[in-house]
Amino acid sequence: MSGNSTYVPKSAFGRWFEARLPIMGLVHSSFVAYPVPRNITYLWAFGAILSFMLIAQIVTGIVLAMHYIPSSTLAFASIEHIMRDVNYGWLVRYLHSNGASMFFFAVYVHMFRGIYYGSYKAPREVLWILGVIIYLLMMAEGFFGYVLPWGSMSFAGATVITNLFTAIPLVGTGIAHWLWGGYAVGDPTLTRFFSLHYLVPFMIVGVVILHVWALHVAGQNNPDGVEIKDVERDTVAFTPYATIKDLFALSVFLIVYAWFVFYIPTYLLDADNSVVANPLATPAHIVPEWYLLPFYAILRAIPNKLAGVVALFAAIVLLAFIPWLDSSPVKSAKYRPLFRFFFWVFAVCCVGLGWLGSQEVSDATTLAARILSIGYFGFLIVVLPLLGLIEKTKPVPASIADAILAKKGEASAPSAAS
Amino acid sequence: MLRLKTSFLVPAALALLVVSASSALAQDEAEQPNPPRQSWSFSGIFGKFDQEQLQRGFKVYKEVCSACHRLSIPFRTLGQPGGPEFSEAQVKDLAASYQVVNDEPNDKGEIFKRPGMPSDVLPPPDSFPNDQAAAAAFGKAPPDMALLAKSLKYERGFPWFIFDALPFDQYQEMGADYIYAILNGYTKPDDPQWNLYYPSHKIAMPAPIADGAVAYTDGTPPTLDNYARDVAAFLSWAAEPTLEERKNDGLRTMIFLFVLSALLYFTKKRVWSGLH
Repeated sequence: MSGNSTYVPKSAFGRWFEARLPIMGLVHSSFVAYPVPRNITYLWAFGAILSFMLIAQIVTGIVLAMHYIPSSTLAFASIEHIMRDVNYGWLVRYLHSNGASMFFFAVYVHMFRGIYYGSYKAPREVLWILGVIIYLLMMAEGFFGYVLPWGSMSFAGATVITNLFTAIPLVGTGIAHWLWGGYAVGDPTLTRFFSLHYLVPFMIVGVVILHVWALHVAGQNNPDGVEIKDVERDTVAFTPYATIKDLFALSVFLIVYAWFVFYIPTYLLDADNSVVANPLATPAHIVPEWYLLPFYAILRAIPNKLAGVVALFAAIVLLAFIPWLDSSPVKSAKYRPLFRFFFWVFAVCCVGLGWLGSQEVSDATTLAARILSIGYFGFLIVVLPLLGLIEKTKPVPASIADAILAKKGEASAPSAAS
Repeated sequence: MLRLKTSFLVPAALALLVVSASSALAQDEAEQPNPPRQSWSFSGIFGKFDQEQLQRGFKVYKEVCSACHRLSIPFRTLGQPGGPEFSEAQVKDLAASYQVVNDEPNDKGEIFKRPGMPSDVLPPPDSFPNDQAAAAAFGKAPPDMALLAKSLKYERGFPWFIFDALPFDQYQEMGADYIYAILNGYTKPDDPQWNLYYPSHKIAMPAPIADGAVAYTDGTPPTLDNYARDVAAFLSWAAEPTLEERKNDGLRTMIFLFVLSALLYFTKKRVWSGLH
């Protein structure tokens, strides 16, 4: 979507059409001629994988919506109807429910890659913020979707999450009633969640288009975190080089996805969601889906409800400010030894919080969750701004081509191997 | 490389410490043992249901469990491939032996009962037409058994829950193990509502079945152990009737994806080899 187009239509019709709507030129410049840094690894394939997952979720979701009934008395039975009576209904439903998890798995790899290699730094701040917006929309989407089967955990989850709003002083209860469409989670809540669950994916598509647009203006970051200097030496054309690499990565990703769908389809499904929702019988142990667990752990780590809710939202919103919290001019962790260490501490805090979020609350888990929450916020608020001032970074290669040459030289010298 | 390893290993080791410490604390609080893992014909990548076992399991359901538990699955599914595979005539006769409430009233406006058809869903137990009636009798309605096997899981703890997801160990039969364990868990003869495997050991359902309660016609010994095993297998099928179809399709999908990935890998190598 920048000035890389060298597209010349071959046919007379092509020229006629291009003069009126240059869409083929746009596609050509964005997905054929677009220069891709030579040194990017398979971690950069997750953008393509996520695009695939978004489309896959929309397609399977539309098919499910043809058979699903958004009503508190019929929703659960309609899911069983899909599983037992609809041709390949089980397949579409398992593709969709496990697809949500694969989508989040891919987005987490994508985000951690972005943090590790400093992909949020100038000139990619807007690109990063658009990504955080997509992530927020995905969390809302995942939550709405989880409520739809109207199982007992769906109901408990809907109650817990919407109840967060009651923590807001003065207007909180009013907001909660407005969200519920009544005085508790019920039929009106389910129907509006279904409506929103159908809407949000298309909002995500819109932001994804902006995200890709911003990417194609700034260009991709790469493992060395140096900008493209010479298109000839530093880059390859998107097609065929990145296209075939992304396709291979996608195919391997699909093996993992298929493993979940065909062999362990209920592994990530909470057993309580195989019991129909009953407002009078709450599950003994309420847990959200795995991809929301770290935030759930942060929420529970704080004894005050309002403070917990504020921390929960801050944990997400702070991500949008990373481009300005990080004060170092060097992008890639490859050249930032201290940052690399703290990055892994941060990653471990996130995974640890996720595990704690799945556990029943005890003094030990609360204490651990508090320590790890401090680690999470400490990385964002203290470590990132401070490192830029104290860290002694390693020399950054002058260009991508130099980085590749240096690596080749290292590989040919036997003593350099660790 | 060396530095990358230390920068990763130190935080990872710290995390492992925190996790194992709090998981050790959590384990102390567990009150009842986890159901032991059994071997099932339908586990694993090539797992298939044992037809005869499902037929026996259905007999146990029909003669024992159905007194209190509903099983809302359609009669016709009992004849479908990958299930108990009763013959068409058997399914018809079986359905006709039940009285079901017609969906619509008759031309006098009366709700009436008629003999069941294969397309009908198995009716609720005669004595408990709805959950409220059952709850009035037991304090708590016995759960519908259609999804029972899927609704029973237990904490496996770290690191087992990771192994449970991996090939060759994929542990997807927790529900069956749970049902089998509960039926074998009435180990205090003086207290019929004490169960070794039930949370807090207090179960509303008194020991439902004992040796010899159901007559098997295929020579299988009529023991509690066999009843428990067969009915657990049957309920696993009832909760997941497309399991065999799913695993068959999965194998084909996997072969396709592995071949596709290999082809794409070599194409990618070929394409990139032109660069210097």
